[in-house]
Amino acid sequence: MSLRTLLLTGGGLAALLASIAVAVTIGPADISTGDVWAAVAAHLGVGEGVSAPLRDGIVWDLRMPRTLLAAVCGAGFAVCGAVMQSLLRNPLADPFVLGVSSGASTGAVAVVVLGVGGGVVSLSAGAFLGALLSFALVLLLSHTLGGSTDRVVLSGVAAMQLFSALTSFVVLTSADAETTRGVLFWLLGSLAGADWGQVLLCAVVLAGVLVVCLGYARTLDAFAFGDEAAAGLGVRVARTRLVLLCATALLTAALVSCAGAIGFVGLVLPHATRALTGAGHARLLPVTALTGAVFLVWVDTLARTVLDPQEVPVGVVTSLIGVPAFVAVLHRGRRRA
Amino acid sequence: MTGLHADRVVRRLADRLVVDDVTLTLRPGQTVGLLGPNGSGKSTLLKLLAGVLAPTAGVVTLDGRPLPEVGRRATARRIATVEQHADTGTELTVRDVVALGRIPHRRAWTPPTAADAAAVTEALARTGLTDRADQSWHTLSGGERQRAQIARAFAQQPRELLLDEPTNHLDIQHQLDLLSLVASLPVTTVIALHDLNLAAMYCDRLLVLREGRAVAEGTPAEVLTPVLIEQVYGVRAEVTHDSGHPAIRYLRPAAPDELQEGVTGDVPTAH
Repeated sequence: MSLRTLLLTGGGLAALLASIAVAVTIGPADISTGDVWAAVAAHLGVGEGVSAPLRDGIVWDLRMPRTLLAAVCGAGFAVCGAVMQSLLRNPLADPFVLGVSSGASTGAVAVVVLGVGGGVVSLSAGAFLGALLSFALVLLLSHTLGGSTDRVVLSGVAAMQLFSALTSFVVLTSADAETTRGVLFWLLGSLAGADWGQVLLCAVVLAGVLVVCLGYARTLDAFAFGDEAAAGLGVRVARTRLVLLCATALLTAALVSCAGAIGFVGLVLPHATRALTGAGHARLLPVTALTGAVFLVWVDTLARTVLDPQEVPVGVVTSLIGVPAFVAVLHRGRRRA
Repeated sequence: MTGLHADRVVRRLADRLVVDDVTLTLRPGQTVGLLGPNGSGKSTLLKLLAGVLAPTAGVVTLDGRPLPEVGRRATARRIATVEQHADTGTELTVRDVVALGRIPHRRAWTPPTAADAAAVTEALARTGLTDRADQSWHTLSGGERQRAQIARAFAQQPRELLLDEPTNHLDIQHQLDLLSLVASLPVTTVIALHDLNLAAMYCDRLLVLREGRAVAEGTPAEVLTPVLIEQVYGVRAEVTHDSGHPAIRYLRPAAPDELQEGVTGDVPTAH
């Protein structure tokens, strides 16, 4: 590992830990910084903690899982975005380009509004199944169309349209105002419902997918000049694409089922990070995981405090920041062409 | 049998035989030119030789073993390809591009080794790109980009190098520079070319394709005759042998009004 990689990942890790440490101290409940850290330290086996169980609960059962889920989701979306952009040779690709988020929303709506699963299946599980179903449809469709990158992207667009329409149809015809609002809030992306179970699930999937993607780091580099050039460098293109699309779809589905479709992290952060790391994926992937994590920790802190006591869906804030960045990406692309 | 060998390969696309029953044996160190008009199957034959496309019939072997048996990665450690036109939307330095050539040699989850770094440095030096190593690929001229691709191919440390019209879009000086560079590399080379004079100057042997079939094979002097040029390309030409290799001078086709008057023009056209 080169010095620059060490510095970047080390710096990113330090920034992430510091961000988490600060973010958990911020919130509507009036708990002093010292108390927050004492409570966290006690759960990590250091010190005596705070005496009030309510405060301890707010820190350890609400703020901590929420902050960590923000970090895991930010990291996961950024990694998925970076992989998709290289694999599909499309700078505008993001984790949702294959219709995963739309499928998830349909799955969630089917559970919440239509009552599919009879109350046994949770919203998260419904979203997860919907996401995988949509992805399977995209794979099948792109395969029958020949499997080239533009076919994959077009299949994703088709699936996205289909599932968005299905979701709208169900919501508009069957849902009452209250359910609609709940579903809408979830669709826009929110970390408000974070719990330790979700953190654990997403962290495990993230770790697994990150290890797989790092194993393919040099292979992803090989796609820079296209599929044929990659094949000439010894890459089994079809197999690589299948493995990486499945891995990123699985991670995206897990994240979306817990936190909804938080947009733009996966689109913008990989581009911003490439400016720091260069295009090599062995360096880009771990560093963009860290920048994504830090970014979403802060955006979520903003989302839950800026309109206090009301909460803004985190997806709304990422998009408000993301759209100008998106325009900048387009602008850079135009200048190069 | 050592080296790369295509045995009666066929590639069918829909109802058309893009490559039709072509056999090619490469002798170590030779530079073989692939000639033929557009659509004669040169690019497809190169892809078959690289193992990027699979033949519909026939077999391509490396040291006697069929390419699918050798495996993609092992093949890429032996055979490097330079495409006609390479482009990327990714922001890469020249060194990054050359380092892509090390991918088939590298292992998963491990950083590049000293051998990888040495191969990249040598490839940069060999192609005269050392000074430009840290420059962005997008700032290079067309000729420099092709040189960078050749450096990348050389960093693969191949024994066989396949080039598909690498001199397209280059001015004449850069065409000559590039082909001199390729000829100086200690590898067996197959190079698809449009320019018959350049083929005559730089190739040891030539294989001429027409509609997917091999119509002539041999040394430039054996192959490049006025009869063959007329037969394959449909143009009239004079061939002289003063400079040690054949030199081709094209004859201007008769203009319609000149035909009427029975005059034949033989003014050489600029090539």
